[in-house]
Amino acid sequence: MQISVREIINGMEGKQALLQILLAVQDASPENYVSEDAVNDIAYMLNVSRSRVYSTASFYSVISLKPRGRHIVQVCINAPCENAGKQEILAVLEDQLGVKLGETTADRQFTLEGVSCLGACYVSPAIKIDDRLYGDLTPELVVSILREYQEEATALDCNAS
Amino acid sequence: MTAMLHKNDAVFRLSLFQEFPTLMHYRGFGGYEALAKAVESNPTSIIETLAAAGLRGRGGAAFPTGLKMQMVRNNAERERYIICNADEGEPGTFKDRFIMTHIPFQLLEGMTLAAYAVGAAKGYIYIRHEYPEAQQTMHRSIAAAKAAGLLGDNILGQGFSFDVEIFSGAGSYLCGEETALLSSMEGKKGRPRLKPPYPTQNGLWGKPTLINNVETLANIPMIIGRGAEWYRTLGTLDSPGTKLISLSGDVEQRGLYEVPFGTTFNQIIEEYGGGMKNGRRVKAVNIGGASGVVVPPWELDCALEYHSCGERDITIGSGAVFVMDESRSILANVHNRVEFFLHESCGKCTPCREGLRQAGRIIHNLLSGKAVMADVDNLERYTRAMQNAAFCGLGQAAGNSLISSLRYFRSEYEAACFDYGNQYQREGITA
Repeated sequence: MQISVREIINGMEGKQALLQILLAVQDASPENYVSEDAVNDIAYMLNVSRSRVYSTASFYSVISLKPRGRHIVQVCINAPCENAGKQEILAVLEDQLGVKLGETTADRQFTLEGVSCLGACYVSPAIKIDDRLYGDLTPELVVSILREYQEEATALDCNAS
Repeated sequence: MTAMLHKNDAVFRLSLFQEFPTLMHYRGFGGYEALAKAVESNPTSIIETLAAAGLRGRGGAAFPTGLKMQMVRNNAERERYIICNADEGEPGTFKDRFIMTHIPFQLLEGMTLAAYAVGAAKGYIYIRHEYPEAQQTMHRSIAAAKAAGLLGDNILGQGFSFDVEIFSGAGSYLCGEETALLSSMEGKKGRPRLKPPYPTQNGLWGKPTLINNVETLANIPMIIGRGAEWYRTLGTLDSPGTKLISLSGDVEQRGLYEVPFGTTFNQIIEEYGGGMKNGRRVKAVNIGGASGVVVPPWELDCALEYHSCGERDITIGSGAVFVMDESRSILANVHNRVEFFLHESCGKCTPCREGLRQAGRIIHNLLSGKAVMADVDNLERYTRAMQNAAFCGLGQAAGNSLISSLRYFRSEYEAACFDYGNQYQREGITA
């Protein structure tokens, strides 16, 4: 059951800033994005134009206006990670997930994204999956980390059917 | 995951604290004693102490903190705000992450002291989206401080009230620029505004606003608690105190180190970083993050100090030190920087938007062997134009790594051109 935009906005403390609302709406979406309907609802609730909501939503790289996978896999693409072997890590991720950077897997479980510095250069190369940071990565480590998420996804599917 | 923390930690005492500490733990080490002392005296004495201590902004611009506070305090408007800039987007920097996860209460105490000094009743911490653990720690710490009467209404029973709220960023590097941060908090695109008016006059919702970096604010409790004279025993006459250095790259021990001003970059690499990995030599060091400079080994005898670094065009910036050994390609690294800035440019002004596009194209051509010697000169010309004409700090700083690498490693650029050596042949010299 999806929470409505109205409930999200009413449930927020403090000043109802547009950016915080967009983030909360995206977090509540099972497909990790802000839908056109949600944009309409936010514009209506805040009494601003839809273009204003789109203008803010499209500026920030964290906000997605397209549906994404259940897990967001972010690969740091800045120099410290690049030098520490990001290419290798990215190649393993692309190979294991069967998608290129910026794409979502066919089963809609994973979206692979590039991200500007995760602030984890002390453990580079680093990636982030949802809210968890993984550092000091090797190709083998990436495979085992991914496997945990993949097994969890299969388990969920079995429960559902 | 923990980074190596050096024993030399006078101000941040990061070695005393684990991740996610409790309020009791912080108070056990003298936490909130500075606030208790300060709320009994005049707010302006805080500003005077910080000015006497010579504290300067640690986010990169190094603006004198006391002066900035005075500007907010002098404003006739009574509705004033404090914003802690925790949008630590500078590649290679992770100091604010550690302050928020290891000493969150020191940051909150610093913000409360600053609020008392400038007369603000409301504060925000703008934390980047990439740091969920820092956001959670700050949420928990704010709740704990409120429950203990150290934040919120009538702090320590002295009639002073100050509330703090967390605002999450959304993956925009540019929002670390203070006016872009304000736009972002007001619900707009995170694009910069024209300065002046500065945020101290015309900040959040048009009200006077004190915007300080996490590290700057976390310095305040120690300075107020122990006094300006104690602070001046650290560092040098020109730059008192210490700086948090985020050391990364090809060194033995990457990590966060509290380094007294006056330490040389060689010392940072050798003594703090444990020297180079695999016995290789230093080829270049990137100081100050993506917006900083790329310098060769012979500049590393420079002391970490605002004046000394300024003389050699070294930007201390956020305190990121990223070491590259002899196996690294300068061109590939600068290309990475340019791509980064191209992605983060907001597109508002032409010099930055188009300058970076051209710079990216030329370096791409250099890397794929399609560039000619004239391209290197053009690259330098475009970069200078961008530095001189860009609207905000992003475009101005984006050229730092280009200009400095062209200055020290021009031969590497030229050697990548396919007509390299032709000019010598024309001149009758065999290459």
